[in-house]
Amino acid sequence: MGSGTELIQHIPRLRRYARALTGDASRADDLVQDTLERALSKLDLWRPGSDLRAWLFSLMHNLFVNQVRSAANRSIQALDTLDEIAVEGSQITALAVRDIGKALACLPAEQREVILLVGLEQFGYAETARILGVPQGTVMSRLSRGRERLRQLLEGEPASRLKMVK
Amino acid sequence: MTTVTEDKLHAYADGLLPPGERAEVEAWLAAHPEDEARVRAWVAQNRRLHEAYDEILNEPVPVDLLRAATRRERAAPSWRAAAAIVAALITGGVGYGIGVKTAATPQPSLTLTPLSREAALAHVVFSPEIRHPVEVEARHADHLVAWLSKRLGSQLSAPDFSALGFQLLGGRLLSGSAGPVAQFMYEDAAGHRVTLYVRRDARDRGETGFRHAREDGVEVFYWIDGDMGYALSGQVERAVMQRLADTAYRQLAR
Repeated sequence: MGSGTELIQHIPRLRRYARALTGDASRADDLVQDTLERALSKLDLWRPGSDLRAWLFSLMHNLFVNQVRSAANRSIQALDTLDEIAVEGSQITALAVRDIGKALACLPAEQREVILLVGLEQFGYAETARILGVPQGTVMSRLSRGRERLRQLLEGEPASRLKMVK
Repeated sequence: MTTVTEDKLHAYADGLLPPGERAEVEAWLAAHPEDEARVRAWVAQNRRLHEAYDEILNEPVPVDLLRAATRRERAAPSWRAAAAIVAALITGGVGYGIGVKTAATPQPSLTLTPLSREAALAHVVFSPEIRHPVEVEARHADHLVAWLSKRLGSQLSAPDFSALGFQLLGGRLLSGSAGPVAQFMYEDAAGHRVTLYVRRDARDRGETGFRHAREDGVEVFYWIDGDMGYALSGQVERAVMQRLADTAYRQLAR
């Protein structure tokens, strides 16, 4: 079970990422638990010497995407329409969102992942692309759109501030 | 001035730009206030993410996650529920008692020598930390010892290992289900870390044996003194651990 102690070292960071990603403590820990169980069952596939932490984050990404997808299916929405819904949500909450967690929740999941892997977990862009299984160019465009939207959310639009005063 | 790409602005904000390219971006930002405001906002976003979520690194790891990382079988649902009640973390013997009673299948591997096991887990979780290895640093040693003593309800002291080349880094409070637990962390010049795990456990009263265990590559020396349980854990040579443990044992003896 030496592999177990290897995994344990990564739990605090997996929890941090999952909490920020899901916005919910118990959902986050369930995601971490599923990730660890998946990791143990697939440990033979992990190449010793490669980055265990990055591998764990990619396992978590796959599990998270499946969750988002099945949640979307339940409410009869395709994954790519979630983006538009989030845009609407952010327009409704036009006044500045003070809580970064609430602002993150307004972003499409794919942008949230990139912002957190880069900004919070401090993976490089190429590593982030490998974790998510997308080209680096996709990482950069998600990062760019996500950060811009986050900025609007956190700063609020001037017009909406006027509304708020009224 | 050549146009600085969007990608480069992000790399600048994320500190991922080679030093040679920073000056170029800085010159661009000085001349383009809108880009400068965006980059400043991105840097602030990263900082706020850390402010909001870094404390999770310091939270005790829930016991069901420790189990998930060390077992191949999927935990029984009833165990998961029990673990949620036991709640906190690297839990004390009483906590495992509750868990095992309510779980559909007992989990024998974790009921063995709980003090050494808990201490080894706590060591493995916190000793690799670079940003937050301890909650209170050694330069506040008086405060650290007073705080942990108050929380454990017993006068503690942090052993002095400087003669053996290990300096106190600091300590943290963990919440075992049997009560609060103190962890002191030490480091040598080569960056090896050892941790002393201290818990109060009246059930152990009277035992004073000095024992050794090896938990997944972690050397653990542990002993009971009065109603206090001590365990010294480290991934360093056993002979070194033995000397450290002897020193701690002598210094802590009442």
